[in-house]
Amino acid sequence: MILFFVKRALASLVLLFVVSLLTFSLLNLTSGQAVARTILGPLATDEQVHQRAEQLGLLAPFWTRFGDWLTHAVTGNLGRSWFSSEQVTDVLTSRLPVTLSVVICTVIVTAVLSTLLGVAAAVYRGWVDRAVQIAAIVGFALPGFWVALLLVSTLAVQAHLFAATGYIAPNASVGGWLSTITLPVASLAIGSIAALAQTLRGSLIDVLRSDFIRTLRAGGVSERSVLFRHALRSAAPPWLTVLSLQLVGLLGGAVIIEKIFALPGIGSVAEQATARGDLPLVLGVVVLMVIIVIVVNLLVDIANGILNPKVRIS
Amino acid sequence: MSTATGTQASETRTRRTPLQRFLRDPLGADSAVVLLIIIVASLAAPLLSPYDPNFTSLNLVFAPPSPAHPLGGDGVGRDVLARLLWGGRASLLSGAIVLVVACVLGVSLGLVAGYRGGLFDTIGNWIANALMAFPGIIILMASAAALGRSIWISMTIFGVLLSPGFYRMTRTNVRAVRNEAFVDAARVFGISPGRILFRHILTVVRGPLLIQIAGAVGIAVVIQAGLDFLGLGDPTLPSWGVMLSDAFRSIYTSPLQILWPGLMIGLTAGAAALIGNSIRDVLEEGDVVRVSPAAVRAARRQQREATQASMDVMDDPNELLAAEDLRVSYGISKSTTKEVVHGVNLSIRRGEVLGLVGESGSGKTQTSLAILGLLPEGGFVSGGRIMFNGLQINGLGPGEMRGILGKKIAYIPQEPMTNLDPMFSIGSQLIERLRSNTNMSRAEAAAKMNGMLDRVGIADPARVMASYPHQVSGGMAQRVLIAGALATEPDLIIADEPSTALDVTVQAEVLDLLRELQRESHCAMLLVTHNFGVVADICDTVAVMQGGQIVETAPVRDIFARPQHEYTRSLLEASLEGRPSRSAREAHQ
Repeated sequence: MILFFVKRALASLVLLFVVSLLTFSLLNLTSGQAVARTILGPLATDEQVHQRAEQLGLLAPFWTRFGDWLTHAVTGNLGRSWFSSEQVTDVLTSRLPVTLSVVICTVIVTAVLSTLLGVAAAVYRGWVDRAVQIAAIVGFALPGFWVALLLVSTLAVQAHLFAATGYIAPNASVGGWLSTITLPVASLAIGSIAALAQTLRGSLIDVLRSDFIRTLRAGGVSERSVLFRHALRSAAPPWLTVLSLQLVGLLGGAVIIEKIFALPGIGSVAEQATARGDLPLVLGVVVLMVIIVIVVNLLVDIANGILNPKVRIS
Repeated sequence: MSTATGTQASETRTRRTPLQRFLRDPLGADSAVVLLIIIVASLAAPLLSPYDPNFTSLNLVFAPPSPAHPLGGDGVGRDVLARLLWGGRASLLSGAIVLVVACVLGVSLGLVAGYRGGLFDTIGNWIANALMAFPGIIILMASAAALGRSIWISMTIFGVLLSPGFYRMTRTNVRAVRNEAFVDAARVFGISPGRILFRHILTVVRGPLLIQIAGAVGIAVVIQAGLDFLGLGDPTLPSWGVMLSDAFRSIYTSPLQILWPGLMIGLTAGAAALIGNSIRDVLEEGDVVRVSPAAVRAARRQQREATQASMDVMDDPNELLAAEDLRVSYGISKSTTKEVVHGVNLSIRRGEVLGLVGESGSGKTQTSLAILGLLPEGGFVSGGRIMFNGLQINGLGPGEMRGILGKKIAYIPQEPMTNLDPMFSIGSQLIERLRSNTNMSRAEAAAKMNGMLDRVGIADPARVMASYPHQVSGGMAQRVLIAGALATEPDLIIADEPSTALDVTVQAEVLDLLRELQRESHCAMLLVTHNFGVVADICDTVAVMQGGQIVETAPVRDIFARPQHEYTRSLLEASLEGRPSRSAREAHQ
């Protein structure tokens, strides 16, 4: 068990290193001079541009600069934005709650609704099943951001039921918070509900056909227990895996959704930073995203261990 | 037995090639047509629309639909239809790039990793896992900023990010095939590994690959539109994503602009996904066919009429279970069914042990599952009736049946390891089963089950109760199932080949145990087996089944001494175990 976690932690560190190195080299394809020019604008003299580039350490060799960034990053110092000079960690911590509240709410809504739909489809089959299958295709095919546009133009712009843009923190006003995040969550959730309901339906149908379910029924165990205690638990692992993959996708989807709803989250930071080539900020976002993914995967593994004694014991 | 019906059913279906079956699936064929129309329309955009997609005209700004411009104009005065047609090219191009990159990279590396294994495999898996953890859209955004806004660059990178799916799928399939006997055989014959891989493994991978491709194309279309929407696409190229981005800017003034490009994206991605689903269905066909409720009703109506006719038959008061003209059918298509048990009659008196004998596929298991009311999906009782304690039990709802199952009728399955829930400890399963059928408290049930486990010869009941199914042996698991079945003191035990899946030495022990317990409790038993040694050992009466019918029923002595039916004689001759069969053979000569 301890060995498992040590291995996982090491693998995660290597992953973080590789992803940061890749992002770092990708963004270094633009020359230091050009970056300094973008920061200072067209009116700056070549002298000033050179000075600025040197000041930001852009003229040092690649490995020196990466090493420099890495040694600071290990201590938790992700540097300052080249454009606004804010601490990257400050920017991230102020923006993270917005993205997290959207993503976590989406995951909760997704988990609940996909379970209900998946179970209904697998148990009732027939037209319920067909409806869920069709909904799954539609949910997959409709891009989340298009759904967002539809929702904004109908429910927010025309019907004024929700806020079209902006974010209100829950500690300022819960009603306001709900009004700002409902539509983003809805547009993100549609696709992931579709994928997860489909997964659960498939694995639940397989489990319900298995021998031990028949033996439980033959033993007089109530259908409610057969379905919710036994079958659902065996059907859960694939669902959990897809949930963790969807979450990676949701972090990406949030970037576009945040733009549509003008939410001040990580996504909008990422959009600005990549467009301007703000290396420290982009790296900070990437590192944060990878850490979230690593943590989620770990949580899924732990959940699988709790559910499945085979994983837990061996 | 279910496999026998399955192959029969699939024989009739496999006459069509997979492609033909795919084209017969309305959803799949329609989706293919839709996708084809989208492809042709985008390629023929210059022919279909006389307008340049980037030409702006002040008269056309937010122009309503007109004969000259069927979909009107956009916010800067461009023809919407022309942009829609030309925009399709960007989406299709991105789908194609992603497909080629992901497919070539994933499949080729997956082939090598799956075939070679070892270090290559380990490193490949690690990279695949790492790629799946990548925040894809951020990488795409960063690359657009650093490398320029080209659909070729961004979609190539996205293809790399999607390749793990192809890699894993190929690798898993190759690993499964690699250890098959025919690959070894080919190697022995001196056929090079490369040719083996190509000829055999690619045929196996083909189906899942097509499904994966359909999914990847759908995702590529959506992601490319998303990048364009964010303004990270090529601004000179008309595309659905750019159209959505323009429409977003005018969402307050002209909300309808978002409609067309969104529908096109949805249509393309949806058609791709449906094609994938349809291919999956075609590949999985022959699995289970669900009969339409109408066909089941028709078959059941016949059953009721038959039941009414035989209502006046007086039953023997000692009779516990009787099957009268029992018929079991499976669906082979929505409206046609196939009968696999053809009018079985059998009767078990209280305390009697009836052996149901016959070769695999003769309908023994179907008959016993029909009695339990637990036929697999697609199967149903299509005629006759099953009487238990004077009550007709076929056609009872699941709720009423539960009052009987586990309490009055208990079931001992064939394969002990797959009949325990792997997720729960043995103790918790046994206690739940017992408490479902009694009013015992948890502690009482635990004490009772401890005693039962001790009774079935388990040395350390407490340890076994705390174990999980994967931690015990097959013989142990079967003892556990027997203890569970007998704990509620049922009137009837249905045991479906209870020893077949066990080691030979364990088989004898389990059978001895069953016989002992049956004599102690005086419960009746329906023992399904193909082993005459077992029959001679335990049974009072024997019913011989062949091809879904009972050909002979007789007391056990008579079966061995004077087998009446030709099939019974051949079964006895084929059975080399047990003395009676040998003597029967000698008597016959």
